[in-house]
Amino acid sequence: MKTILLDHVESASLKKETPHFEIGDTVDVHCRIQEGDKTRTQIFTGTVIARQGRGINESFTVRRIVNNEGVERKFPIHSPNVLDIRPIRSGKARRAKLYFLRERTGKAVKLAHRHSDHTVTK
Amino acid sequence: MNMLLGKKVGMTRVYDESGQLVPVTVIQAGPCTITQIKTAETDGYDAIQLGFEDVKASRQKQPQVGHTAKANASPKRFVREWRLVEKPETEYELGDLLTVSVFADTKYVDVIGTSKGKGFAGVMKRHGFGGFPASHGTERKHRAPGSISSYSSNAGTGGHPKKGKRMGGHMGHRRITTKNHSLVSLDEEKNLLVVKGAVPGPAGGYCIVRTAKRPQ
Repeated sequence: MKTILLDHVESASLKKETPHFEIGDTVDVHCRIQEGDKTRTQIFTGTVIARQGRGINESFTVRRIVNNEGVERKFPIHSPNVLDIRPIRSGKARRAKLYFLRERTGKAVKLAHRHSDHTVTK
Repeated sequence: MNMLLGKKVGMTRVYDESGQLVPVTVIQAGPCTITQIKTAETDGYDAIQLGFEDVKASRQKQPQVGHTAKANASPKRFVREWRLVEKPETEYELGDLLTVSVFADTKYVDVIGTSKGKGFAGVMKRHGFGGFPASHGTERKHRAPGSISSYSSNAGTGGHPKKGKRMGGHMGHRRITTKNHSLVSLDEEKNLLVVKGAVPGPAGGYCIVRTAKRPQ
């Protein structure tokens, strides 16, 4: 009963449908950013290295390299500030958490390309 | 002011309009039956008695069964009084049902519950004392309260600890009021109140929800 009621309350905050993406995908995350009274959309592009949590707590981690420095951002999937998640390239990943990418630098951070129907590019 | 009896369901989080995550507690409140109406003439003060959650008549004492029968209701597990201080409101009738809709225009609520029992707790846990160092020669006194009285003026004199000296003892399992929770949403269909922040007591514990007495 407890979970049923809590799920019911959470369901109001959940998105109806979330875009499909997989671990290892390169994604464009469109996030809404509030600056004073102006809002704009910022796009964060990187590799999805982890996805964790269930329901309203579900989030995913995106890693990219900026100026030779690894940057990771964690996004709650159901946040209204995450406007869109667009997978653009599928990478070959054999595990659910790609934390080994943190030790890699240079060309080695790029995962082997994998053909997949859900990514936009061929 | 309004009051309802309820049961804590548990905590979760929801997004507000600005996209911020808000930690919330879900309370299943009501429907509460008015089991008795007390008036200044008959009882010396104005109050209404609310009953929450049905219980089998066979599990309740006969006087309780008879008491709720006067209001044409089944016996209740959780019964509390709501004192009508400001103005004795006459619109309530015996056997009326109060639901979460009474809080439809309310912004802030106070929640009263029984906190989780911690058993016999030492001063560090119960009162936040600092304890003693882990090393540098400290032996067998790491969580001790230290001296409890002395000859100095404000600490109790001559071997008599001052009254109210904070010591170890039973912690928790007492009535706690948390004030000014903002009411995030309410669900009339499922009798749910969603309030911001944590509420005393375990999930499944009974609590009283009332309109905030001194909203900020």
